[in-house]
Amino acid sequence: MEFFKKQTNINFLGLRRWAVGLSLLLVIISAGSLIVKGLHWGLDFTGGSQLQVSFNHTADIPLLRKQLESAGFNDILVQSYGTSRDVLISLAPHQHTTQHDLSVKIIKALPGAQLKQIEYIGPQVGRELATQGALAVFIALLGIMIYIALRFEYRFAVGAAVALIHDPIVILGVFSLFGIEFNLTALAAILAVIGYSLNDSIVIFDRIRENFRKLRKGTAIKVVNLSINQTLSRTIMTSATTLLVVLSLCVFGGTMIHSFALALVIGIVVGTYSSIYVAGTIAVALGLDRRNFLPSVKTVDDRP
Amino acid sequence: MLNKYPLWKNVLLIVLLVLGFIYAAPNLFPEQPAVQISPSTAIMHVNLEALQSNVNKLMKGAQIFPTHEELNQQTLILRFNNTDTQLKAKDILSSSLGDDYTVAVNLLSSAPRWMRTIGASPMKLGLDLRGGVYFALEVDINNLIAQRMQGLAKNISENLQQARIRYLDLTPKEKQLSIFFRDTSSLMQAKSLLQQQFPAFEFSQAIDNPKQLRVVWLEQGLNNLRQLTIDQTINTLRNRINELGVAEPIVQQQGNNRILVDLPGVQDIARAQQILGGTATIEFRLVDTLHDPHLAQVNNISPAGSQLYQYENQPVLLNKQVILTGNSITDASTSFDESGRSAVSISLGGGGESYFHQVTGENVGKPLAIVYVETKSSIKVVNGKMIHIPRKVERIISIARIQTALPPNFQVTGLTNPQEALNLSLLLRAGALPAPIYVVEQRTIGPQLGAENIHKGVISIVVGFILAVVFMAAYYGVFGVIADIALAVNLILLVALLSLLGMTLTLPGMAGIVLTVGMAVDANVLIFERIREELRSGVSPQSSIHAGYDRALITIVDANVTTLIVALILFGVGTGSIKGFAVTLTIGLLTSMLTGIMITRALINACCGGRPLKRLPIGI
Repeated sequence: MEFFKKQTNINFLGLRRWAVGLSLLLVIISAGSLIVKGLHWGLDFTGGSQLQVSFNHTADIPLLRKQLESAGFNDILVQSYGTSRDVLISLAPHQHTTQHDLSVKIIKALPGAQLKQIEYIGPQVGRELATQGALAVFIALLGIMIYIALRFEYRFAVGAAVALIHDPIVILGVFSLFGIEFNLTALAAILAVIGYSLNDSIVIFDRIRENFRKLRKGTAIKVVNLSINQTLSRTIMTSATTLLVVLSLCVFGGTMIHSFALALVIGIVVGTYSSIYVAGTIAVALGLDRRNFLPSVKTVDDRP
Repeated sequence: MLNKYPLWKNVLLIVLLVLGFIYAAPNLFPEQPAVQISPSTAIMHVNLEALQSNVNKLMKGAQIFPTHEELNQQTLILRFNNTDTQLKAKDILSSSLGDDYTVAVNLLSSAPRWMRTIGASPMKLGLDLRGGVYFALEVDINNLIAQRMQGLAKNISENLQQARIRYLDLTPKEKQLSIFFRDTSSLMQAKSLLQQQFPAFEFSQAIDNPKQLRVVWLEQGLNNLRQLTIDQTINTLRNRINELGVAEPIVQQQGNNRILVDLPGVQDIARAQQILGGTATIEFRLVDTLHDPHLAQVNNISPAGSQLYQYENQPVLLNKQVILTGNSITDASTSFDESGRSAVSISLGGGGESYFHQVTGENVGKPLAIVYVETKSSIKVVNGKMIHIPRKVERIISIARIQTALPPNFQVTGLTNPQEALNLSLLLRAGALPAPIYVVEQRTIGPQLGAENIHKGVISIVVGFILAVVFMAAYYGVFGVIADIALAVNLILLVALLSLLGMTLTLPGMAGIVLTVGMAVDANVLIFERIREELRSGVSPQSSIHAGYDRALITIVDANVTTLIVALILFGVGTGSIKGFAVTLTIGLLTSMLTGIMITRALINACCGGRPLKRLPIGI
């Protein structure tokens, strides 16, 4: 089986204005949603308590809410979780009651409920995780930029970095726009996407470098276009298998890692797009040239 | 181009493969219900053979037959066919053996013994997969420091009074202390005296006020205190968790002042919390020498102000008044007295020392008792309901004669052997939590949810794997099948390495495995696409294979290094399950490079190398 019988010759960079427009649009929508709607932060970051209970029958959520309110829980979030029988109850941080008392109180308020999981996270832990997470993303970007600048070219490093910042913003935008809970595993997924999306960019960069050295003619745009085309079936193949696997995680993995799997699915799609368009386009825009890749000419010392 | 691997390379790969299979194999054996019996305090010494014969008698009497029995250091392990007999055996054993032993139920691997002797054991399951309670506890060091500063203020004031140096005011304030004097000469006098007495602190004249002496804790002393406190708290928590009968608890430090506690299999949070925040402490009390303890025992009436205890099978009367509590003990370690006999050195701090000094000074020559007080709780079944009955257990652990008025650093001497000294020092240190702790994070996962999570994790791995395998075979033909074999080997090596490293498998860890499966095919996709390109441009099949591997190698390494950077950062910054994900990803990348490059090459060389070919079965 082959995707393309012959070498494709799509003028990717010819479409770069459209790509820039699309990327800008995505980033603006994402940033707008993040500013206006914000993220639906998970328990990991906000702190508080979360109980997962299950029933033998379909849970009537408005009724449960009423039952809990009459038991004295006011600031409470009740939502279905995975199946129609499972319910997730979230509470703001409680300083006074112990977790045990809390669970007893809730189980008493909800007849027929079976406790499956309780989590409590102190507010200070949540804050720490959020700062640590931001720090992790930042250090990861920096480390990768340094590696690419050393191994390839600073223009590639900038291109890759822009592509890499682009991806998490769009993922966060989707989470914000659809009000999906963003928890610690989703953050880990974003970091995994950074690594994954980079894979694609580097394969393309590698080919660009090789082609600049091999072909004596052709503008930067031509070489970059050729390189993207040559690696296209690989890009699609790898993205497709990874996407299949991650989709299986999304469908069968259950609610606990749903955020994680979803962030990966979005990330792989966006990451593939960004490494084809964003990374190369920016490198060209920064004035990528064959001379950047030729071995430096040694000056001969001809003094006697 | 011949494309033949030298013999040594093939042999190396086969050896690696066999090792991978052996070390991954224990994960295939189901878990077996077991009961573990161990002494309740780690320092207690027991005759395990006697215990074993006792247990055997009990089991025979109850008509319960364990399938297997083994002695493991300080633990006796009984294995059973099913959980019913396991629970029956546990009930009988814990009610018959009493408080001296902890009886815990556990699931143990049923892998054959030889596997365990070569270190092959299955991966441990994380709490999200097997159920249990997880706590993150914060040790309130600032509280302890404030307490110690109060104590220091008291000691300094006593020292100054003794040396007849007058001061106006002495105020402790968080981490520092200010002493105000009438004139600078008494300040200088005090400074030289105190510096000698309290070397862990820095004494300096305030710049803005020449009559003010500032006392600051030295940075190193503060760090030492912090680490000592954490170590002590961890030690205490471990001892208390033994009470819970948890089979494989994990207690570890995280960061500067956090302690993580994993209690797999525990469902009763109330009891866990009660024991972790428990109330074991040490009390120093004078022995009542005015009354006859034997008389008190016979009449079963203690004189007013005294209480009857047993010590080494003798009745002893102790004054009810406590002259020092365990909170004041900052350290206790084994040492030797002047004549070279075993002793325990005790350091006091945090207040109460001066009273202790005074009382012991008034009672030189009289015996002093150290009492270990702990709150234990036992489960009783009343009307078909399980209820916890807390009770206070008091035990004299040492009685020694007071030789002199005891200063903040003193020794308990007259111990018979080093073992006794070690036991006493452990008990003294384990007595109380040195600083208050509170829960900052807690997760309880029901066993049902754990089982569901395993099921979901396994299904997503299997489905993802099958999808990737079918896709590769359809796209690359025979070469695709070879890549699939490499993918399977990759999975086995990954599991083997994770087992060998003693990693704990969590749900995010499983996600890491899934992701690795997806990304592992990348190496082969790169190579095969390169081979196809070479073939299209008219290069001979054998040369294409060679060139494909050769050229793709740099790209593969480059691409993986960056992912490795990300994984390492995740490992460095992340905690708990995120760390698990990072480790899985890192190991997966390394094994996938090995299998994707070496194993596929070996297989392709074996099937296509060494002979002239018209075309390659690579799907074009």
